[in-house]
Amino acid sequence: MNEESESEAKADGETASDSESRVEAATLPPSADDTPEVLNRALSNLSSRWKNWWVRGILTLAMIAFFFIIIYLGPMVLMMIVMCVQIKCFHEIITIGYNVYHSYDLPWFRTLSWYFLLCVNYFFYGETVTDYFFTLVQREEPLRILSKYHRFISFTLYLTGFCMFVLSLVKKHYRLQFYMFGWTHVTLLIVVTQSHLVIHNLFEGMIWFIVPISCVICNDIMAYMFGFFFGRTPLIKLSPKKTWEGFIGGFFATVVFGLLLSYVMSGYRCFVCPVEYNNDTNSFTVDCEPSGLFRLQEYNIPGVIQSIIGWKTVRMYPFQIHSIALSTFASLIGPFGGFFASGFKRAFKIKDFANTIPGHGGIMDRFDCQYLMATFVNVYIASFIRGPNPSKLVQQFLTLRPDQQLHIFNTLKSHLTDKGMLTAATEDK
Amino acid sequence: MWELRHRGGGGPGPGGEAAAPPREGEAAGGDHETESTSDKETDIDDRYGDLDSRTDSDIPEIPPSLDRTPEILKKALSGLSSRWKNWWIRGILTLTMISLFFLIIYMGSFMLMLLVLSIQVKCFHEIITIGYRVYHSYDLPWFRTLSWYFLLCVNYFFYGETVADYFATFVQREEQLQFLIRYHRFISFALYLAGFCMFVLSLVKKHYRLQFYMFAWTHVTLLITVTQSHLVIQNLFEGMIWFLVPISSVICNDIAAYIFGFFFGRTPLIKLSPKKTWEGFIGGFFSTVIFGFIAAYLLSKYQYFVCPVEYRSDVNSFVTECEPSELFQLQSYSLPPFLKAVLRRESVSMYPFQIHSIALSTFASLIGPFGGFFASGFKRAFKIKDFANTIPGHGGIMDRFDCQYLMATFVHVYITSFIRGPNPSKVLQQLLVLQPEQQLNIYKTLKTHLIEKGILQPTLKTDGCCGQLVSSSKA
Repeated sequence: MNEESESEAKADGETASDSESRVEAATLPPSADDTPEVLNRALSNLSSRWKNWWVRGILTLAMIAFFFIIIYLGPMVLMMIVMCVQIKCFHEIITIGYNVYHSYDLPWFRTLSWYFLLCVNYFFYGETVTDYFFTLVQREEPLRILSKYHRFISFTLYLTGFCMFVLSLVKKHYRLQFYMFGWTHVTLLIVVTQSHLVIHNLFEGMIWFIVPISCVICNDIMAYMFGFFFGRTPLIKLSPKKTWEGFIGGFFATVVFGLLLSYVMSGYRCFVCPVEYNNDTNSFTVDCEPSGLFRLQEYNIPGVIQSIIGWKTVRMYPFQIHSIALSTFASLIGPFGGFFASGFKRAFKIKDFANTIPGHGGIMDRFDCQYLMATFVNVYIASFIRGPNPSKLVQQFLTLRPDQQLHIFNTLKSHLTDKGMLTAATEDK
Repeated sequence: MWELRHRGGGGPGPGGEAAAPPREGEAAGGDHETESTSDKETDIDDRYGDLDSRTDSDIPEIPPSLDRTPEILKKALSGLSSRWKNWWIRGILTLTMISLFFLIIYMGSFMLMLLVLSIQVKCFHEIITIGYRVYHSYDLPWFRTLSWYFLLCVNYFFYGETVADYFATFVQREEQLQFLIRYHRFISFALYLAGFCMFVLSLVKKHYRLQFYMFAWTHVTLLITVTQSHLVIQNLFEGMIWFLVPISSVICNDIAAYIFGFFFGRTPLIKLSPKKTWEGFIGGFFSTVIFGFIAAYLLSKYQYFVCPVEYRSDVNSFVTECEPSELFQLQSYSLPPFLKAVLRRESVSMYPFQIHSIALSTFASLIGPFGGFFASGFKRAFKIKDFANTIPGHGGIMDRFDCQYLMATFVHVYITSFIRGPNPSKVLQQLLVLQPEQQLNIYKTLKTHLIEKGILQPTLKTDGCCGQLVSSSKA
């Protein structure tokens, strides 16, 4: 197989380095060892397997500690971290595409891929920024114009990239160029939309950002441990190391972890309140009256559990019930994101997405289970927790025409009167 | 594909399990490269890896596709030479399509929506079929199911978003629809997730790369065809003129550029489409602008074209009746001095919409062709002559609609940026979903605002009668 692919590569006039990288990709060589020197020296006397273990363990703890630090630093830093992770994931996937298609020698692609990333980010950030920074935007004249014609400007920017792509089509490389175009767009769809949904969740309250991500991490770790100690029945052909015991053990452990974590976090305002931008202090504040979701309530325990625990009622936050739903999703459906990424790596014969984190692989390897989670949390919040944003509705209302405003007002009035919320007495106030 | 057939028919070649059984008599998808490899145990994925990274030159040409012209046409034109016959077929089909277009316009907005939906489904089908041929994935039956399932999911999501807006009154009545609307995003996401998990579970060992390609192909196709068709329908609801003028401008640009190129064409425009010329491009631009201007003038008179499409629950149908907005009312514009000298008139009365139509026609003639170049590049990349054989003489539905793509998105973005603000029915629908306390708060805010602006007169009566516009005075 190696000789054949090499000979074909030479027939295509590819350079030696290209065919070499392809051979490497085909035979899955061990990746270069990126561990820092200090770790290498400290663990030099252990055997190779234990050394790998220790490296993974230390890096895991380092990443978790880093996570805590940036939570402490606040929402602004969190948003920047999300942005960096997004860019790095995009870079990793695009690099794989380049390797697969040997398209390094078509320099326009890099420019175009990054340009499209910029366009889509500009579009999404513009949409969120206008919502949350409304007063700031209205004050500054250039920002106001940018936000008023935001969609048009984003579309124009995207079109420019599209036209550049069409003009850059080169005769013998059409297919390659279309593949890279498709690859870029699918990557943008996956990576950029998810990261923006993460930021939306963050603005809803940091707890909506922290609990889902921690549940996915916990599920990863717990499934690994349960699988390590009790694992026997393989789960799916795609990832031979996963077992049913790990899967189910991870599920229960994650639900319990989610309950405990949400109990602990619901007590603090800084996690529970929506992130708001304060115009006077020009910074983000998390200060509010916690909503009903985050106030302790008494729940009657069903008879069956009453006899076991011996309590009649229990005091919990309603949010903990929601956390059960989030943890369930994280442990049952989240792994499908991981299987998708495993299938992707097998399809393109790569061991890891990149070598960024020693012992773990690339950033994408760590975040593959998080994908569906961000979308799920966002859809969950939009469907079950809050409706549309009332202040945004008022803004939209104020931009309508007078006759439309009147029509809406009258419909709302009759609706409220039907519901009995509005009587003639209250109306005259 | 010829190679695979030979090898698959013979001994235990590795291509046995991936060989597409020889299906179509016409080798319309035969872009499988001439493999110089032997029958060694190559991984199927590696072979597709070669398919990816080779340059296009190794892919053989497709033999010309079958002639699908109906028998009557053939008999009627049997006397002419082959070149003229082709011309006549194209011409007759063009006129047929244009008359079909007029007929459907006459039949109303509901028929137009159905037409847009069927075109979308057909375009999706054509592009997916090309993907199947490129990747020989006929023998992985899950893909067809999954592709169509994803099409269904995305359509359900989009239609749910639009239907909920425009049919608000209808929806409020039915209980089940209320439930579906309230949790619409969640239901759509759950449906999509089911498809995603099915995809992951259907990954087969030796076909990973193929399956990922088809997954990506499906999603990019959905992104292109389905979003565009829904933007077309939203434009349609804004007023049929926003649907007709852009589409006619693109068609006119196609035809005018062709005619100008035929008579005056000399300088080639772009290597991708050697038949296009700069003379055709510029001539098409000017004629499209003039055409758009005139079409806008003619159509702006009729309420049928100009009014937003609304669904009336009492008559259970779509109506287009309204007071035309000032965009569609004649206004006097004073001409700039040099035009004054030329035309010898002080001012001209036209509809403001005609100014917008200039913008639309400009886009249709300058940027619209890039959609056509994109499709030409795509066809060259995958060595196909036409997307399909649906329309004799013209190719597939996609061939006719490739220039329309960017147009629909542009018109939608144009409308939302320059013409109207947010959608009033959507605002209303969101208001009705809020909690009652929030609704009451908003009600009070709105009331204060409206009274301030003088739109609402503070009523002194206590019977809860509706407020009225100040202009229409009460006794």
